[in-house]
Amino acid sequence: MSDDDDILLDVAHLKVYFRLPRKNIFAKASRVHAVDDVSFQIKRGTTLGIVGESGSGKTTTAMAVMRLTPITSGAMRLGDTDLAALEGEDLRHARTRMQIIFQDPYSSLNPRVRAGAIVREPMDLMNIGDPADREGRVADLFRKVGLRPEQQALFPHQFSGGQRQRIGVARALATQPELVVCDEPVSALDVAIQAQILNLLRSLQDEFGLTYLFISHDLGVVQYMCDEIAVMYLGQIVEYADRISLFTEPLHPYTWALLSAVPSADPATRARADRIRLQGDPPSPIDLPPGCRFSSRCPFAEARCVQETPPLRSIRPGHAVACHLVSDDGVPPQRRS
Amino acid sequence: MAERLLSVEGLRVEFKTRDGIAKVIDNLSISLDTGETLGIVGESGCGKSMTALSIMGLVPIPPGRIAGGRILLDGEDLLQANEQRMREVRGNEISMIFQEPMTSLNPVYSIGNQIAETARLHEGLSRADAMARALEMLQAVGIPAAEKRIHEYPHQMSGGMRQRVMIAMALACKPRVLIADEPTTALDVTVQAQIFDLLNDLKEKTGTAIIMITHDMGAIAEMAQRVVVMYAGRIIEQAGVTQILTDPRHPYTQGLIRCVPHLTRNPTVERPPLLEIPGVVPALSQLGSGCAFAPRCPYADAKCRAEMPPSRAVDSGHDVACWLTEREAAA
Ligand SMILES: Nc1ncnc2c1ncn2[C@@H]1O[C@H](COP(=O)(O)OP(=O)(O)O)[C@@H](O)[C@H]1O
Ligand SMILES: Nc1ncnc2c1ncn2[C@@H]1O[C@H](COP(=O)(O)OP(=O)(O)O)[C@@H](O)[C@H]1O
Ligand code: SF4
Ligand code: SF4
Ligand SMILES: [Mg+2]
Ligand SMILES: [Mg+2]
Repeated sequence: MSDDDDILLDVAHLKVYFRLPRKNIFAKASRVHAVDDVSFQIKRGTTLGIVGESGSGKTTTAMAVMRLTPITSGAMRLGDTDLAALEGEDLRHARTRMQIIFQDPYSSLNPRVRAGAIVREPMDLMNIGDPADREGRVADLFRKVGLRPEQQALFPHQFSGGQRQRIGVARALATQPELVVCDEPVSALDVAIQAQILNLLRSLQDEFGLTYLFISHDLGVVQYMCDEIAVMYLGQIVEYADRISLFTEPLHPYTWALLSAVPSADPATRARADRIRLQGDPPSPIDLPPGCRFSSRCPFAEARCVQETPPLRSIRPGHAVACHLVSDDGVPPQRRS
Repeated sequence: MAERLLSVEGLRVEFKTRDGIAKVIDNLSISLDTGETLGIVGESGCGKSMTALSIMGLVPIPPGRIAGGRILLDGEDLLQANEQRMREVRGNEISMIFQEPMTSLNPVYSIGNQIAETARLHEGLSRADAMARALEMLQAVGIPAAEKRIHEYPHQMSGGMRQRVMIAMALACKPRVLIADEPTTALDVTVQAQIFDLLNDLKEKTGTAIIMITHDMGAIAEMAQRVVVMYAGRIIEQAGVTQILTDPRHPYTQGLIRCVPHLTRNPTVERPPLLEIPGVVPALSQLGSGCAFAPRCPYADAKCRAEMPPSRAVDSGHDVACWLTEREAAA
């Protein structure tokens, strides 16, 4: 590709397996295939979304990118830096370039530390800027995220949920990162507060040219926030597309099922005859089914689907899907019947 | 004509707090017919759960106190009923499913035993018949391999499966009113869709009336025929679901609908910022004499801050409590 230098984060064939303790000494050791051969790239200043049901491997992907969980194999580059190989001081330095915002604004802030110190801490830890300037910078961050500088003296419990998430955002921005990983940043917040935080994240992105890896199970939120979207199922990406293509022409039966499951305030959407219902839960990521991992719940599964694993293949520029039954010219099974 | 099954009239619930008396529910009236689903929406802390607990007779007293009103089930005032009668009502006529099913399932009994026990109390079935009924219920709520899972314990199941078990238990006593308090908030959309189908099915087959509490307007649209919007313990708007979604009159209702990034199948390249409802729900102890929404309302004026707007009908079956509609009506 010509615009390679525009890629901030490049993840290739990432695998993260968790070894489970044996039930007894005779039992076979089992592994959770939490992330299983996942590849994606994020252009500088854009947002890549990851969606999928709980357990699909979204958080594990985020933790691997942040180097907060050991990776089993794969390559990860942040700009020119080989993220996967970094250790010690180099890793510490790279950490200043990427930060994470968590779902739960209650448990992710230390209750005994004042808000100002929480935001300042990453600068002290990673030795960012002149210590004498840090105070001013913290006050500035408070203003940027919509808090008042004098609120620095308060403890986390003295803030509402939305304000706590603002503290989390300010803390994430303290090291002037290039990449911000947002793992379900509004899922724990009330609807009215969600809008405030989503708007804040978008305006900060514009102001600082931030690049987001944005994880959510809420398709409406993802549609609002993301430029490109990866749909995950049982540790793998099953569809990958730009925002417009994914929502206007979903190709993978799983994407289609997810979209049809979202309750809609719009009567026309609700009346669509092509909505489908998935049955049951996803299978266990320990004993994976052979072939397509979605086959046990897919309404179109045929013999081939339980034998061969469908590769993620490109249907047109910027739109890839892993399903045997999507034709090469991009007609998915749900559009054929 | 459908029977008026349940009606709540002028309910007031107060809690004693450190900052004084909090009016957690203030003059709330709703009604429910057989086979109908009523949605209750609002942000956290608006009194949705307390409304449900009042109907169930489960308000913690003290620190709570029922300060007024009536709750009529087929004409019988449940607020006057004694505890034994309320236990009967909860076992037979009104059941409730909660957001986190783990808190209402007993961890030491298998799920089969728990459902069977409910069926035994309700219909006086023998142990064997009750177990057979439990199996039937588990199958009815779509639990795969129900004959195996009937022996499992709550902690062995996923959140979606536990919520189905809760619904199976609610079904086992064939309630006339089912209160679902954010039953799918913790679940994936795919599982939520299954649960909604199940509830709609139940309503069609048995005529069970449902009170569906949620903060999701999409869920309301899929489930409810009528909607009550609550703010700070009061109903601020009440209407049929189509009216609420297409012609919301109260600024809070309008905000609740517009602040959500609704999923669309025809997204545009342009993505205008979401409309925000600024600020947060006020603490009940901080409420003044005016409209509780005034601090967050773009239209608030001096009158709004001074005086509580009364509820007024703007259309048949559409009530709004806002001075704006008063002004329009006067103009
Ligand atoms: N530390 C761990 N040990 C074992 N299994 C784990 C661990 N962390 C996550 N998993 C498993 O990996 C899978 C993916 O989890 P996760 O990445 O949290 O998914 P998501 O964020 O999409 O809900 C799940 O099956 C989960 O149970
Ligand atoms: N035990 C209690 N003591 C004092 N106030 C309470 C108690 N339980 C609930 N409340 C208050 O009652 C109000 C309504 O709560 P609730 O009905 O749970 O709201 P919702 O379900 O809409 O989120 C809240 O302001 C809450 O703080
Ligand atoms: S490969 Fe087969 S089972 Fe998998 S999604 Fe496509 S049609 Fe369904
Ligand atoms: S009464 Fe006034 S403050 Fe309250 S919602 Fe209406 S316009 Fe806004
Ligand atoms: Mg997660
Ligand atoms: Mg509640």
